Amino acid sequence: MRVDGYGRIDRSRTLGFTFDGRSYTGHPGDTLASALLANGVHRIGSSVTLGRPRGISAAWSEDATGLVQVEEPFPEPMLLATTVELVDGLVARGLGGQGRLAEVADTARYDRMHHHVDTLVVGAGPAGLLAARAAARRGERVALLDDRPEPGGSLTGTERIDGRPSREFVADVVAELATHPEVAHLQRTTAFGRYDDGFVLALQHRTDHLGADAPRTLSRQRVHRIRAGRTVIATGAHERPIVFADNDRPGILLAASARDLLHRYGVLAGREVVVFTGDDAAYAAAVDLADAGAAVTVVEARPQAPAHWAGAAADRGIPVLTGSLVAGTEGAPGDGRVSAAVVTGADGARTVLGCDLLAVSGGWNPTAHLFSHVRGTLAYDPALGAFRPGEDLDGVAVVGAANGTLDLAGCLREGASGERPPSADGEPERTPGAIVWRVEGPHDRQFVDVQRDATVADIARAVGAGMRSAEHVKRYTTIGTAHDQGKTSGVLASAITAELLGVPIEDLGTTTFRPPYTPVAFAALAGRERGQLFDPVRTTALHAWHVGAGAVFEDVGQWKRPRYYPRPGEDMEAAVLRECAAVRDGVGILDGSTLGKIDVQGRDAAVLLDRVYTNMMSNLAVGRVRYGVMCGPDGMVIDDGTVLRLAEDRFTVITTTGGAAKILDWLEEWVQTEWPDLRVHLASVTEQWAVFPVVGPRSRHVISRLFADLDVSNDAFGFMCWRDTELDGVPVRVARISFSGELAYEVNVNAWYAPAVWERLLAAGEKHGITPYGTETMHVLRAEKGYPIIGQDTDGTVTPHDLGMAWAVSKKKSDFIGKRSFSRAENTDPLRKQLVGLLPTDARTKIPEGSQVVEFCPDGALPAPPVPMLGHVTSSYRSAALGRPFALALVKGGRQRVGDVVHVPVGDALVPAEITSSVLVDPEGNRRDG
Amino acid sequence: MQLIRCPWCGPREEVEFHYGGQAHVAYPDDPAALTDEQWARYVFFRDNPKGAFAERWSHSAGCRRWFNAVRDTRTYRFLAVYKPGEARPEVAS
Ligand SMILES: [Zn+2]
Repeated sequence: MRVDGYGRIDRSRTLGFTFDGRSYTGHPGDTLASALLANGVHRIGSSVTLGRPRGISAAWSEDATGLVQVEEPFPEPMLLATTVELVDGLVARGLGGQGRLAEVADTARYDRMHHHVDTLVVGAGPAGLLAARAAARRGERVALLDDRPEPGGSLTGTERIDGRPSREFVADVVAELATHPEVAHLQRTTAFGRYDDGFVLALQHRTDHLGADAPRTLSRQRVHRIRAGRTVIATGAHERPIVFADNDRPGILLAASARDLLHRYGVLAGREVVVFTGDDAAYAAAVDLADAGAAVTVVEARPQAPAHWAGAAADRGIPVLTGSLVAGTEGAPGDGRVSAAVVTGADGARTVLGCDLLAVSGGWNPTAHLFSHVRGTLAYDPALGAFRPGEDLDGVAVVGAANGTLDLAGCLREGASGERPPSADGEPERTPGAIVWRVEGPHDRQFVDVQRDATVADIARAVGAGMRSAEHVKRYTTIGTAHDQGKTSGVLASAITAELLGVPIEDLGTTTFRPPYTPVAFAALAGRERGQLFDPVRTTALHAWHVGAGAVFEDVGQWKRPRYYPRPGEDMEAAVLRECAAVRDGVGILDGSTLGKIDVQGRDAAVLLDRVYTNMMSNLAVGRVRYGVMCGPDGMVIDDGTVLRLAEDRFTVITTTGGAAKILDWLEEWVQTEWPDLRVHLASVTEQWAVFPVVGPRSRHVISRLFADLDVSNDAFGFMCWRDTELDGVPVRVARISFSGELAYEVNVNAWYAPAVWERLLAAGEKHGITPYGTETMHVLRAEKGYPIIGQDTDGTVTPHDLGMAWAVSKKKSDFIGKRSFSRAENTDPLRKQLVGLLPTDARTKIPEGSQVVEFCPDGALPAPPVPMLGHVTSSYRSAALGRPFALALVKGGRQRVGDVVHVPVGDALVPAEITSSVLVDPEGNRRDG
Repeated sequence: MQLIRCPWCGPREEVEFHYGGQAHVAYPDDPAALTDEQWARYVFFRDNPKGAFAERWSHSAGCRRWFNAVRDTRTYRFLAVYKPGEARPEVAS
């Protein structure tokens, strides 16, 4: 219920919202949790395994129970009602432990921002505010982050600092920080992870609290990536529950949370209140709740109440039952809300105290998560009954309650960082607390991790099963692995495990906190890198033409390449057969611009290429082209392509499309690390040159028609030569390179002129029926000739010899990368897998790529399992030229087995196939010169 | 995410760098003179110490230059960086 005179909500405005199908109202400044409690709704959902009623157990992100699904305005699962700021029109419902992902696309925007600061302060409570102010006054660049909507941390407004109300102190510090241009002060921003070298990630909620008024131009959430010279962790402490029977009911709250609800939202969470504590701080809650109109009883675990608070209680008529413990609870029918606390008195007598709010305080757990993220060790502090930072880390200061300092004066002193600390006026001195983790009772109704429905009985089972470390118990019981990551249950789990093992908790230790501190949506981490922006798309200079021509594209790395150009009514098979026939019978044209191109220049360019290619490049004449293979030191093929010698000291190295970046890296690595004495320079020119192979027996007519200055006769312009010419003043380089076995001219031109030159080639070829073809046809044509695709027909275990390319391995060069490996015993084994052709004997079946190759025993049966594998199919297509499907395969000792029939499992059938040479079309090479 | 100190560019984010394996494994002067086993040691065998390890790194998304570093494999911390051709510095791990 709402009480007058309390809270910082705006009562002049009313917000409507819906929960579990019923309509309620609240006010700006409310959270969903505070508004529900104000409306008397205490049950939020059910527990995940046992289906027990669950409510609100804390006032902020440490709450372990109040999970909701928000449906409107923005659908999102598994949010804490305590951290959802109320907006008009909010629709939510309670959860049974699990949420449901939205079925509509997330149209919100997420982004990120980078910060480089001298000092990062996490937490804008009294300690953090002062630490940030001190750094700002030193002239530092500062970031101050705080996860709540407003600064001030745990200050309720009842405290007095330097003679004035604490909220005025907060406002003054915030106002001073705002005068420093180098201070970034962000609320609603959770530092969720700390990493190496002062790197902190934080998530800012920017628009959810604005509801329908949120500008569409603002990102909904922002990830701040902060590199800080020094990090001040001022993240406060979480109040610790106490474990007793049926401690999971709605209406059982942490004591400071009940007080926070009163002062922040004007919500009194119960009229009949039992406060169960062994710690001084809970008396402030008892007193404030009583002043707001509740009937309060304190159950004090210590034999004596602290004198100051005993007096304050007496003044208000609050009974204090000393030496007493809450051993269990009773619940109301219906919403299951707590209806009574079962108290064991100092004399052992049981009393049942009727109540509708049970406020619990077992002391405080320093919020040392960010300290633990970078492997800072946490040490047990017996005065706290909890773990706190136990070592000094470079570049880290932990201040205030996060450091285990629980009095306001101490927090102000630590935060002031050497400046004169403000005074905490009238603060009573803290007295030693009683460390109570658990009250004896039935193990299976004592909840340790309320969210996981994990009880003391589960820990007992873990210990019984032999678990002896906190980390193992965590994984066995799942305690601490839920939404809240054990913020309130972690220390209890360690303490109870230690109790059951009979060892001191300091010997057992606790589990390591890991990021994220609070859940972070993948959408926020993804930021802008979604959809079109997920991965760069590379297109060639002709992309618009391809789109207009109706090309079907395939992804080759980041490139979009036309795969085929279907005509109306054609599927891929029909289109590719048509394109293949057009090339072999007439002329086709391909956009080959994606091929990698590296400009190699310098006095020692030829020396470098001799060392990295298996064949000789230094004796290549200027004006000539040579095919080459590159291997790793292990002798395995890593790339292939052609090399054009432009001058004595200049080459163009052509790589595969996929190998372009890798081969540039490879060459740079050798030049920089092994051969720094070589005078050679490397530059990628892939994007600068467009390349159009004009391919087929009629290609010569097309080239000669367009480039009148070029003598295209075989004598003047032979195979594997290049010539420079020009078209209307635009320089063009033409090379006679063939990846199909046909007469072919590769036209190279500055990419800016690519569309114009392409159109001119099409026009020149029109009367010859020039046919644009895509990568699929290119693949078929090259496979018919047995030309391998590195990475498809090879897999990093294939030598040039395995590919039948011994001719491309120099015997004259004393060394090159890979040479020594060719003579290793493993690489001379005649049973190595070798590239061969496979013709299915039925002349109909297209064997799937990747199929295994097996053979029958002489009696015509399969060998007994495991059936030996002879190899596998690497490429498989239908061939227009052969009029049948064919395949390439790597087969053990394959070249010695030409003519043998092997079998390939295809579905349930074993398809017979004949081993052939890998060159199936024009093995004599007659078509090359037209 | 660590900062790695490129000898040419200064401290940069870890994602800008590419790992290159053990440092100071020189290409043999005369591979043909090696036995299969000696050659295989060069090609396939690398140290895997617990503690300080001299490694090659490339500032691949920055200046694209290679350098060497001594890194503690237990903590991932870089103990020293140095240019190719320089001797491995003495550092305490
Ligand atoms: Zn660099």
